Amino acid sequence: MFVEIDSLLKVVVAGLVVGAGLPALFALGVRLAAGRAVPVEVGTPDGRFTSDGRTVRVERATRPRQVGAAVCFAVVVLAIAGGIAFVAGGGH
Amino acid sequence: MEDVTETLLLVLVVVTALAFDFTNGFHDTGNAMATSIATKALKPKTAVALSAVLNMVGAFLSLAVAATIAKGLVDANVITLEVVLAGLVGGITWNLLTWLLGIPSSSSHALVGGVVGSVLAAVGSQGVIWSGVAAKVLIPALLAPLIAVGVASAGTWAVARLTRDVPEDVSTRAFRWGQVGSASLVSLAHGTNDAQKSMGIILLALIAAGAVPADSGVPFWVILSCAFFMALGTYLGGWRIIRTLGKGLVEIDTRQGMAAETSSAAVILMSGFFGYSLSTTHVATGSILGSGVGMPGAKVRWGVAGRMLAAWGLTLPAAGLVGAACYGIQHGIGGVAGTVVVFAVLVATSVAIWVASRRKPVDHTNVNDAWEEGAVDAGLETEVVEAREAALGRRLDVADPFAAPETPATAAPEIPATAAPPATPAPSTPASRQRAGV
Repeated sequence: MFVEIDSLLKVVVAGLVVGAGLPALFALGVRLAAGRAVPVEVGTPDGRFTSDGRTVRVERATRPRQVGAAVCFAVVVLAIAGGIAFVAGGGH
Repeated sequence: MEDVTETLLLVLVVVTALAFDFTNGFHDTGNAMATSIATKALKPKTAVALSAVLNMVGAFLSLAVAATIAKGLVDANVITLEVVLAGLVGGITWNLLTWLLGIPSSSSHALVGGVVGSVLAAVGSQGVIWSGVAAKVLIPALLAPLIAVGVASAGTWAVARLTRDVPEDVSTRAFRWGQVGSASLVSLAHGTNDAQKSMGIILLALIAAGAVPADSGVPFWVILSCAFFMALGTYLGGWRIIRTLGKGLVEIDTRQGMAAETSSAAVILMSGFFGYSLSTTHVATGSILGSGVGMPGAKVRWGVAGRMLAAWGLTLPAAGLVGAACYGIQHGIGGVAGTVVVFAVLVATSVAIWVASRRKPVDHTNVNDAWEEGAVDAGLETEVVEAREAALGRRLDVADPFAAPETPATAAPEIPATAAPPATPAPSTPASRQRAGV
C-alpha cells in the first residue's frame, strides 16, 4: 500500500487537536484576560482599535475571567513544555 | 596507495556531509523563524541566534542515529562512499540553487534525490526501491503541505474569531510571546530531526572505511561537528528564504504567525511520534499558507506558492540528475582523481552560486522590506522596483504638474504593461514575462 493510512490519520487528527487547538486556547486566554469588550463609536476617548477595524472599550477583567485566562495559558505552557520533553526524549 | 585513496575519500565524504549539514541549517532557519522576523516578534539577528542555539541543543538531543542512508529507498548493498559523495553533491547543489532563488525546499528530499540519482548511475534502476520512494518521499511531499494548510487555517480561523473584539495592541503583544514559544519548539524539533542525517552519513562512511567498528555508536566529534555546522548555517540565516516565507506568501500578523508555527510544531512532532515522516519545510510552508487561508481578509500570493510547489516537484529529479552526473564523472575518471574532480566541481558550483547571490543580496537589514507585487522570488524584486520607478518617472515628466496627485493613481494600473518592454534588461526573464502578462 502506498499510503500508511493508519499513521497518516493519527497525524492529521493529533495535528489538528494540538496544532489548531493550542492557538485557539491561547486566543481564548487572551480574550478572557483582555476583559469584556463593548463596541463604541470611533473617536471615543478610551476606545481602542481591534484587529478587524472596529473600536471597542474594554472593561477590566473580572476575577472569574482572569482565572479562566490563567488556566488557558497554563495549559498552553504545559503543552509546549510537553513538546520540549518529547523532543528531548528522542522524539519517538 | 590504497590507504591514501580510502582516507582521502573518507575525508572528502565527511567534509561534504558537513557541508550538506551547513546548507540544511540555513535552508531551514526560515521554517521556524520567518514568521517571527516578519511580524517583528524577534529582531532578525536575535531570531537566527535563538534558532541556532536551539538547533545545536536539539542536535545533541538526537540519540537515535542510524548508520543507514535512504533506508527502504535504495538497496543498501549498492551504497558505496562514491555513491554517497555524488548523492551529497546533488543534494547540496539543489539546496544552493533554491537558496539563490529564495525558494524554501526540503533538504531531506534533495539528499534522497541525489542518492537515488547516483544509485541509478551506479547500478541502474534495480538499485532503487521505487515503491519505497513513492510511499516515503513522493506521497508525503504531496500530503504534508495539505495537512499543514488544513491545521493552520483551522487554528487561524479560530484565533481570528476569538480575538475579534480584543484591542489590537493587546493581541499583538500577547501573540508575540506565543510566537517566540512556538518558533523555539520548531527549531528544537528541527535540530533533533535533521542533524541526524549528516551524523548517520558520517557514521556510515567511518564504518565503511573501517575507521570504527560496525556496531559503534556515534563518536562525539561527529555529533559536535554536525551540531556546530548546522547551527552555523542556521545563524548565517537563509535570509532570501526567510524573506519569501515571511513576506512573499502572506502578509502576516502576530496571531497568524503563532498559529502557523504552532501548527508546524504540532504536525512535525506528531509525524515523528506516529512514524509517518514529513518534511519540515513542506509542513512549515503549508502552515504559513494556511494562516493566510484561515484569516478573513488576508491575501495569499498563490503565484509565489505555485512556484514553490513546482520547485518541490523538481527536487528529486534535479538533485538526482546532479547526483548521477557526479557519479558518472567520478566513475569515468576513476580513482582518486575522479573523487577530487567531483569535489572541485562542488566547490566551483558553490562559489558561482554565491557570487550570483551577491548581485541582489538579501540580509538582516532588508529581509523585512515590503514585497513588491509581480516579483516571484526574493532575488528579482529590485528589478520590479526599478522598473516601476523608471516608468513612474517617465509619466510624471510628461504629465501636468498641477494634476500630479491624480497621476500616480491612474498610472498605477498601466505601469506593469509599460514597464515590461522598455525596462527589462535581460531579453525575457520569467519574471518579466510574468509582469507583462499581469
